[in-house]
Amino acid sequence: MSTAKIMQQGKVVPWLYILPALLVIVIFIVYPVVNTTVLSFRDRTGERPASIACIPGETCWGVFENYRYTLTNPEMVTALRNNALWLLVMVPLTVAAGLLVAVLADKVGYESLVKAVIFMPMAISFIGAGVIWRFMYAIEAGQANQIGLLNGILVKLGAQPVAWLSTAGINNFALMVVGTWLWAGFCMTILSAALKGLPTEVLEAARVDGATEWHLFWRVMVPMILPTITVVTTTMVIIILKIFDIVFVMTGGNFGTEVIANRMFKLIVTDKGRSTAIAVFLLILTIPLMIYNVHRFRQEEAMR
Amino acid sequence: MKPFSGLNNFFRKLPVNLSVLVLAVLWIVPTLGIFITSFRSREAVRSSGWWTVLTPQSTEGQETYNQYCGECHGPDGDLIAEANLADPELVAKYPRSNRLLAMLRAEINGDPHLPDPPLPANPNEALDLLAPILTYMGTLAGSDSSGTVGLTLRNYADALVGYKGTQDYLTDCEQGVESALAKFDCNSSDLLNPEGMGQAFLNTLYVSIPSALLPILFAAFAAYAFAWMEFRGRMWIFALLVGLQVVPLQMALVPIAQIYSQIGLQSTFLGIWLFHTGFGLPYAIYLMRNFLGGLPREVFESIYIDGANHWTAFWKLALPLSVPAIASLGIFQFLWIWNDFLVAKIFLTTNPVLTVQITNLIDPRGGNWHILTGAAFLSFIVPMLVFFGLQRFFVRGLTAGSVKG
Repeated sequence: MSTAKIMQQGKVVPWLYILPALLVIVIFIVYPVVNTTVLSFRDRTGERPASIACIPGETCWGVFENYRYTLTNPEMVTALRNNALWLLVMVPLTVAAGLLVAVLADKVGYESLVKAVIFMPMAISFIGAGVIWRFMYAIEAGQANQIGLLNGILVKLGAQPVAWLSTAGINNFALMVVGTWLWAGFCMTILSAALKGLPTEVLEAARVDGATEWHLFWRVMVPMILPTITVVTTTMVIIILKIFDIVFVMTGGNFGTEVIANRMFKLIVTDKGRSTAIAVFLLILTIPLMIYNVHRFRQEEAMR
Repeated sequence: MKPFSGLNNFFRKLPVNLSVLVLAVLWIVPTLGIFITSFRSREAVRSSGWWTVLTPQSTEGQETYNQYCGECHGPDGDLIAEANLADPELVAKYPRSNRLLAMLRAEINGDPHLPDPPLPANPNEALDLLAPILTYMGTLAGSDSSGTVGLTLRNYADALVGYKGTQDYLTDCEQGVESALAKFDCNSSDLLNPEGMGQAFLNTLYVSIPSALLPILFAAFAAYAFAWMEFRGRMWIFALLVGLQVVPLQMALVPIAQIYSQIGLQSTFLGIWLFHTGFGLPYAIYLMRNFLGGLPREVFESIYIDGANHWTAFWKLALPLSVPAIASLGIFQFLWIWNDFLVAKIFLTTNPVLTVQITNLIDPRGGNWHILTGAAFLSFIVPMLVFFGLQRFFVRGLTAGSVKG
């Protein structure tokens, strides 16, 4: 932001412009953040302290009781483990897939068509995507007449059909395939824009020096778009921490596919204390990224 | 010019082209599956995979059929009305080829049934010939009874009105089935049935349009101030907004639901508009301020020198110039809310939007894929139109900054 004065104005005028927006933000984001934090130390009704739920003789964290639930309850542990798995698998997968498509599509004559196809899932709802993939994974009793494509192929090849969504060990990855199908287009679009912004002279110079396409990619392109890769990665981390719709519509969090946000949703009505504690936990997980984003913003501003 | 340079080039690029095409096909097949399924009848969806529609109808036995029967009965089997080989009832009389053989050995009007070429005298050889003919008659009968591949629009009618019975909505209405009549009027008013996708479509429109416009209105003013006004704490507040962009909206669900139930905004459209406005604002302000701040300084200086105040500069200069940013932001925000599930599920319980209505239609045992796929596609119509018509703006809105909560 420039610091030079553009036009003289009173001290009040700017606030008249920003106050309506600030007011809405305070009511709908700032106040709820405070209130949710307070509620996370209360019991299920939100009226008494959380410690009231303690049972004498059993482990209790006092007012942090809801956080004990968040961190140690078996279902929550499954959810935490799954979110970690999602992060470890899906962040690299979407970024890599996005980068791969961005690079490959750049080399063919029908680039915009390919990119539209890969990006299309972003335009539809996650719920709709869930329906699409429930149908892909559908399994019918008996060997013959599978109506889900994947099991149709398996049976055609002479294999047994697989219950993709209810078999532990497979189902989480089946869900991640859906996530990748959805988000790879997002990564591709941003990374593709960054690749197109690279100065052609640099790429040409490397080619003249005899660099292979493989070297060109790893030694020139990737280092030059590293800032963009970082942005895409942090964005994906935030998205995956909050992953909800896909799991809700495809498995409902059953069969060991629970995730943090789905747990929070399930408890909203029945247990405000635990539900808000999970929300606060989600917020805490995003704080490092929040700080990073603000830091990056300030750096960009300093360069303007 | 080298004679093979074109060919060489083709083979050099082949791996890239192949991988790109494979990826594109992988990406499009899942959607294609439910698109095709949404046009298939309940029975067809249950009995065979959607991909069978793409494979040509089985032609097993066609050659033998044409050789022996085609001349008189015609290629489709229906040339002789009193002996229609495409009639399922007639075909059902011949479950095995020896029955067919007995019939063919009998004379018709004093002449052999098959004069030219005659059937082989050896029964086993004759039976070997008749089996493929029988198979092909089955194909003819099957394809005749349900049209060539059995496509229908009835699933969309079912989805629009929210039909949950055992036949389909139009059939129920024609036959006057009681359970259907209790729920439907069997006229166009059924399109607004609260359990249907038709009403959900209207609800979604009614949620999305104001929820997309309101944040832009608030954000435009704030963004102008952040870009072109000088005040204490400007940088500090704006950095805070950047941070707020990633606050998970889960943080607001319980407190806002409490407030809404106290002041009577629970399950109202106003309530959900305001919620989306609140969570859309940090990103909207960020995007618009970056756009406005990137406009040339001289333009603003000259209008100030001409004596315009901020109010005039905002309406006459900033707003018209930021139409591209507003379009990107508006389209992105509109689609984001159109596709939202969580907020609508919690704050709009009595007026389900499309995403919520789809989850209401899901049959855990998978017995209504024909309706569910139709419903899903109804919810895709607007996003697809926006996507293919305004892709440029949507992509820009989505990728201009970081991502909202």
